[in-house]
Amino acid sequence: MAVCIAVIAKENYPLYIRSVPTENELKFHYMVHTSLDVVDEKISALGKALVDQRELYLGLLYPTEDHKVYGYVTNSKVKFVMVVDSSNTALRDNEIRSMFRKLHNSYTDVMCNPFYNPGDRIHSRAFDNMVTAMMIQVC
Amino acid sequence: MADAVLFEFLHTEMVAELWARASDPSPGGQKTSLWVLENMGFRVGQSLGERLPRDTLAFREELDALKFLCRDLWAAVFQKQTDGLRTNHQGTYIILDNDFPLLVRMAAGQQYLEEAPKFLAFTCGLLRGTLNTLGIKSLVTAAVAALPACKFQVVIQRA
Repeated sequence: MAVCIAVIAKENYPLYIRSVPTENELKFHYMVHTSLDVVDEKISALGKALVDQRELYLGLLYPTEDHKVYGYVTNSKVKFVMVVDSSNTALRDNEIRSMFRKLHNSYTDVMCNPFYNPGDRIHSRAFDNMVTAMMIQVC
Repeated sequence: MADAVLFEFLHTEMVAELWARASDPSPGGQKTSLWVLENMGFRVGQSLGERLPRDTLAFREELDALKFLCRDLWAAVFQKQTDGLRTNHQGTYIILDNDFPLLVRMAAGQQYLEEAPKFLAFTCGLLRGTLNTLGIKSLVTAAVAALPACKFQVVIQRA
């Protein structure tokens, strides 16, 4: 039950960004932008440390008073950032991981689409539908 | 997993079709066809580079990415692994395959040596595309001394 989902390319520009309560969209865009710094820090820090292999799931990037931001980076340096509502405490780590896995699978499908040029914004409706299913239901 | 020959047949037809349609038999026209094949391989490599390493852990350095190419990519596309990987640690890698599946049906020796590059262009593009998705800009060329053994040379372009 995410509030905002973003897919960011290797060069740090957004390929896809969508948030549910559309009035604070700018605030979410800003949060995703600031979380990119944390993502970069995690990627470079673990590279220098003596960790054998790095996991793709980065975990909680930073918590704010009413939102938590999670990150995931693929082998092609494409980042997925997810913002969830803090009041939704029922969300466990496993569920976030499975949401990221679904995102990764859908993103791979988009990449394999011959009509998609790598580096363009994502317009695929299948991807949109998958993301809608993951978003929080605001009544 | 689909039969390996499906891809081999398709690849052979691709090369045959490009050469049959080539209206310009001079070296310039040949180059265009080779370039078309390489670009096809590039786009396929980009998609493969996204799909294959899906559940593997992140690569820590270039050598890991090259090892992934030699093991997992070759296994996925050609159902075998490469026979060797050499490097000079300065950004040049040589991938050796003594029994390249796309050449194995053609000959075993010096016959058809001039035709061999056409059948390697797609694979060069494939390697370049996969490396591109993994974040490594490179230049890939192929060389054949005696069929079906061939060498792919990967030169990493540093900015």
